[in-house]
Amino acid sequence: MSKHTFSIGGVHPHDNKISRECALEPLPIAPVVYIGVSQHIGAPSVPCVAVGDKVKVGQVIAEPGGFVGAFIHSSVSGTVKSIAPRADLAGRATTHIEIAVEGDEWLEGIDTSDTLITAIPDDAKAIVEKIRLGGVVGLGGATFPTHVKLSPPPGSKCERVIINGCECEPYLTSDFRTLLEKGEQVVVGAALLQKAMGGVPCTIAIEENKPEAIAHIREVIAKLGYKDMDVMVMKMMYPQGGEKQLIDAVMHRQVGSGALPISVGAVVQNVATALAVYEAVQKNKPVIDNSVTVTGECFPRQANLIVRVGTPLQDIIDYLGGIPADAVKIISGGPMMGRAVANLQAATVKGTGALLFLTEKQTRRAPETNCIRCGKCADACPMGLEPFLLNKLSKAADWEACEANAAQDCIECGCCLYSCPAQIPLLDNIRVGKGFVLSAIRARAAAAKAAAEAAKK
Amino acid sequence: MNVLIWTIAVVTVLGLVLALVLYLVAQRFKVEEDPRIDEVEKAMPGANCGGCGFAGCRAFAEAAVKAPNLDNNYCPVGGNDTMAKVAAILGYEVQAKAPMVAVIRCNGTCEARPKVNEYGGYASCYVKSLLYIGDTACSFGCLGCGDCVNACQFGALSMDPVTGLPVVDQEKCTACGACVKACPKRIIELRPKGPRGMRMFVSCVNKDKGPVAKKACANACIGCGICAKTCTHEAITVEGNVAYIDPAKCKLCRECEAMCPTGAIHGVNFPKPLDKDAVKERIKLRQQKAKEAAAAAEKPVILSESKESVKKEDKKDE
Repeated sequence: MSKHTFSIGGVHPHDNKISRECALEPLPIAPVVYIGVSQHIGAPSVPCVAVGDKVKVGQVIAEPGGFVGAFIHSSVSGTVKSIAPRADLAGRATTHIEIAVEGDEWLEGIDTSDTLITAIPDDAKAIVEKIRLGGVVGLGGATFPTHVKLSPPPGSKCERVIINGCECEPYLTSDFRTLLEKGEQVVVGAALLQKAMGGVPCTIAIEENKPEAIAHIREVIAKLGYKDMDVMVMKMMYPQGGEKQLIDAVMHRQVGSGALPISVGAVVQNVATALAVYEAVQKNKPVIDNSVTVTGECFPRQANLIVRVGTPLQDIIDYLGGIPADAVKIISGGPMMGRAVANLQAATVKGTGALLFLTEKQTRRAPETNCIRCGKCADACPMGLEPFLLNKLSKAADWEACEANAAQDCIECGCCLYSCPAQIPLLDNIRVGKGFVLSAIRARAAAAKAAAEAAKK
Repeated sequence: MNVLIWTIAVVTVLGLVLALVLYLVAQRFKVEEDPRIDEVEKAMPGANCGGCGFAGCRAFAEAAVKAPNLDNNYCPVGGNDTMAKVAAILGYEVQAKAPMVAVIRCNGTCEARPKVNEYGGYASCYVKSLLYIGDTACSFGCLGCGDCVNACQFGALSMDPVTGLPVVDQEKCTACGACVKACPKRIIELRPKGPRGMRMFVSCVNKDKGPVAKKACANACIGCGICAKTCTHEAITVEGNVAYIDPAKCKLCRECEAMCPTGAIHGVNFPKPLDKDAVKERIKLRQQKAKEAAAAAEKPVILSESKESVKKEDKKDE
């Protein structure tokens, strides 16, 4: 049993990795794809193609709207049909570029062969630039632009790159399959990240419920012979894949409230991101597809699919035989942090990691009862917050007190809700408070900036 | 016996001395407070609802006493009567304000706005709005979890189980604005109550383009602008695909209501039900006349331009 895990809180739901034996398989390209322009945290990208343009796979179709932004590439070859608002997973209208697929013609310069390129370029800056041009974002779900993470602010220094292979969410197996089937590429990607950060040590963190992946990656590291790279076997614990939790588990360092991981010398990247980095740097292939686990006890055809970005969810489900009769809820992502899908016509984005089908029995919420002051939520919170208190403050709309009690540090992992014996919707209420606190903090920052500028003049 | 007398004597003297100390301390550390604050507070309704923008009735009273006039302080709950009393105490003048009432600007009943998914989460509009657009195709309309009902301290709001929309009891509504703040979709508006409660409003805030809005909800305002063209008082503006009636300009003629193709415009508390056909006929006649007048104006054989324009203005007044 491994002892490596984060120091406070956490829960341990049954891992339910029922799709772990399903090998990665490419999904046939959909007839029409819809590529959204805000697939990442930060400013939405600006479309740079016009209706009627012919595009090839890997061609840039939208440029970043700011420093914290990402290139978006066409995932298919075909004709741009429209650039118009379209409902996303939550039903909110965002700009999508609609492309009618014609064949599968790749842009010149993209290496589509399977040969593994292990030679690491010498120039760290060139690596980061290639990552930027490849539109790589954090594919663990947060979709934060990777090149921004790899450009630490002056004064801070990276001491360790952590590759996140925990996949602590129940049901999800796409990272596990990636480690197993594309382990070499992931390790080369990790070495590239190591190089980009100035040759710092690298740890690949994998939870102990994936012994095959651990053995395979160890073998690959020994074979490829990269220096200062090791595999750390982690104890199974949710939310170990959270950035701050993983840094605590691996480096025993705590990231302060509102601070970035780089402040303690850490850069965390997901396994899928490491693979995307490999493809962007060594193969010139931008992020045009990602692996999606399609699973659920009621879903007969489990699968780990490689899906082109912008594929409508309906096409994925149809390919696997449609929605089972007893499924009442479809979740994009894992059961703990995923969001229910309100719109099956919505298209996948770079960060889509899973489609999970749940039955009535699995999703039904038991009626809420009074708080019995057992403190389980406070024990479970990996950020060391007091969910029962934040719940109360949020309900009372006392945003100042919410901020004083660090509602803004909530990572929305759902441990409090999971552990509450009274079925109190703690996270639902805290999320409201967090939203108000964050907007107050942003407003203050904007006011301070404006005041500073006014003082300059 | 001696002990008893001594005890009484000592306790009495002690009591008197301490009373004197207390009196002196109270005099020395007395906080000077305007006595009018108490008077004003007594005149207030005492709901402590915060509708005036202050933390409670006492806070309002303090602010009102300090303020140079009552222009920025108005108790919507007490209304003009209370404000007249407050003004009398403070010796200020107060302008009577038209009484207001909360109006629900969503008309998406269960029938008109079918559900496209089932919400199984925590029953709170705010929580729901953070998660997604809601369980219908309209991303602007009422979410139906009743945050406004919970926010109302006067019991003026209730959810109609048939339509799934909140209903305002206009007798109980004090226009404190708590529901306006509670609604994450901002569909509740405070509007003047109108003469004898009669008022017109557009019961929709959907900013989607016409076909999208219509597909999501049969009762939606589709931004067609017929109402704005019909209105002879320039009270209606269409902005962002949704019409808005300015209550200050509306003359309650109900022509827009008759012409609205989706029934998004509501008129309430009118003594008679609206005879749509008759009103439409009237509008048609007027428009025909206007056309004829315009055609006549274009003809070159006119006596003088000024006469013609006078004629046109007459038409408008009608």
